[in-house]
Amino acid sequence: MKLTGSQIVIETLIEQGAAHAADGYSRATGKVGVVIATSGPGATNLVTGIATAMLDSVPMVAITGNVPTSLIGRDSFQEIDITGVTLPITKHNYFVSDVNELADTVREAFKIAKSGRPGPVLVDIPKDIQLAVADYERAEVVSPFETRQPKDKYLQRAAELIAESERPYIYIGGGAMGQNMGEEILAFADKIDGYIGSTFMGLSLIPSSHERFLGMQGMHGHYASSMAQKEADLIIGIGVRFSDRATGNVQKFAKNTNIIHIEADRSEINKNVPADVGVHGDIKESVIRLTELCEKKSLPLWKEKTDALKAEEKENDRKIEESSTVPLTPKMLFDVINKHKKKTTVIATDVGQHQMWAAQYADFTSNRTFVSSGGLGTMGYGLGAAIGAAVAKKEATVLVTGDGSFGMNLNELATAVTYDLPIVVVLMNNGVLGMVRQWQTLFFGKRYSHTLLGRKTDFVKLAEAFGAEGRRAETKEEFEAYFSEAMKKGGVTVIDTKINMDEFVLPMLPPGGSIDDIIVSKEE
Amino acid sequence: MTNKYVIAALVENKPGVLTRVSSMFTRRGFNIDALTVGEIEDSNYSRITITITGDENTRDQFVSQLRKLFNVKKVQVLEAGSTISRELLLIKVRNSPEIRPEIMAAAEVYRGKIIDYAADVMSVEITGEPVKIDSFIELMKPMGILEMCRTGIVAIERGKGTLLTVE
Repeated sequence: MKLTGSQIVIETLIEQGAAHAADGYSRATGKVGVVIATSGPGATNLVTGIATAMLDSVPMVAITGNVPTSLIGRDSFQEIDITGVTLPITKHNYFVSDVNELADTVREAFKIAKSGRPGPVLVDIPKDIQLAVADYERAEVVSPFETRQPKDKYLQRAAELIAESERPYIYIGGGAMGQNMGEEILAFADKIDGYIGSTFMGLSLIPSSHERFLGMQGMHGHYASSMAQKEADLIIGIGVRFSDRATGNVQKFAKNTNIIHIEADRSEINKNVPADVGVHGDIKESVIRLTELCEKKSLPLWKEKTDALKAEEKENDRKIEESSTVPLTPKMLFDVINKHKKKTTVIATDVGQHQMWAAQYADFTSNRTFVSSGGLGTMGYGLGAAIGAAVAKKEATVLVTGDGSFGMNLNELATAVTYDLPIVVVLMNNGVLGMVRQWQTLFFGKRYSHTLLGRKTDFVKLAEAFGAEGRRAETKEEFEAYFSEAMKKGGVTVIDTKINMDEFVLPMLPPGGSIDDIIVSKEE
Repeated sequence: MTNKYVIAALVENKPGVLTRVSSMFTRRGFNIDALTVGEIEDSNYSRITITITGDENTRDQFVSQLRKLFNVKKVQVLEAGSTISRELLLIKVRNSPEIRPEIMAAAEVYRGKIIDYAADVMSVEITGEPVKIDSFIELMKPMGILEMCRTGIVAIERGKGTLLTVE
């Protein structure tokens, strides 16, 4: 079943897959993704998908059915109070009890979903309201609420801190990614001679190889950006929330460093980390005006320092690669993916080690090409999300996953095959829940508990059973041959790659630790 | 530094709005001392008055999280100096010839009303600032409090500014 131009509804096997697909569509395009489910279990199956979108501020509208209004509140068949269930995981939600309010409610749902800091909105529509007749009045397509403009006073103070700074570190997040403001951030960095680090959610906004970009910081961040943040005398957070995964122990985070926090959501300023200057308002506008306000700076010592950090990172990476077990290492897989992907190819992931390797090794060349569940860390997210991204981009989409995550929602292979979507699944198969195993190795004295999967799933046959192409790669050469072929020929291919169960994601900041506790090699 | 703050919020007068507001408190780990809700002059809105204990950062977080809710239209921290606040207490105490004069005298000094009276029990109504209510309760403790309930604070700003018109 080929998707035709006008076809916009993709029917998945389970509602969760549809929710992740709507989310993936949204992340790949910036448009509002829509998911529709029936009442009761259909609605509750959306919950994980909605929460995933909420934690990563993804604009989405979820529409659910419910029992007729006359049966509401009577524990009727397939009745669930889904507005109650989703209250803490939606930006807003509605129960429509009057058909005359339906059109405006749906319009408002879209408006809220895409305004300011985006997020999921749910509209619950009882059956009798769905079947009722009402006059429809055409209306303009809704535009987002007007954004708040930053106050000069705070921009001025921010500019003063920047003027004094000798080592400015620009720390970008999902807010900046959502505003697609890579150019503005690079212009700002050039003007103040600052270096840029990213949260997980900010990835793909700045090209990975850009000279001003140091990579992702935090628990499994790049060494250079984590260390640069430590060395900095000024941190300029743009569209970030200073999440625990990015900062490590907040009590020890940037104790003696000035912090400027530029953010659209007022409640994020001073929530996790106190800011010396908080700029509340439209972040793109804020950065443009701040760039104008700042004097051109030249900080050769800071460049020297960050160059040294990049060199140390290279050396660390070399050691990690040496300690990896051949024939197939995570780094090799990404070398191949980077070589054969296009500039605009979306890399979707599930959650775990493979996801962190993607964050570290994938060569992002264009914004919105990294589709991954950051805040909620939803294993089983990836395949649905890849479907959404493939529908949006109409070109080959890569799903990097692990055998743990893939097992959760692999049923959606059927959807991908049904609609003949170009999806290449790179399955990093190590037979364990690798990230948890890594923690058990490092912090629980190798007392492995329930992380060895011991499954006998044959993923090649499984792919074939779903009508997809199945491949098994045991060397880099095999993987490269299968991967490049799959990227070219379209359709769904699953490449089962065997990696060692004791590979680590490095570097790592231990949970609750700070940058001083960074682990960079297996020997430590 | 920990302080008590009184925060007033205008919310849309619709079903479920109080749930949205109160579930936010739980979800974000805010501790509420008291919460009152009631109609205002414009029937489209209700007014919620919330008393919280915390530092300035807690207060600011509380206010900005409240402002994020779509049914919340206005939020204002009421400053002690420019705010009139009142609370109502209904209190049921033991009654006997020995303690009766003392209860009656206290009620009179506190401008309370005896609203129920029997030979062995009486109920008193007191209105005032929370400190006044506190001290009346202290006075009644030795008499034997059988039951009491406080409404929590309602508060309004002095002068002609209103929550609906404030920027």
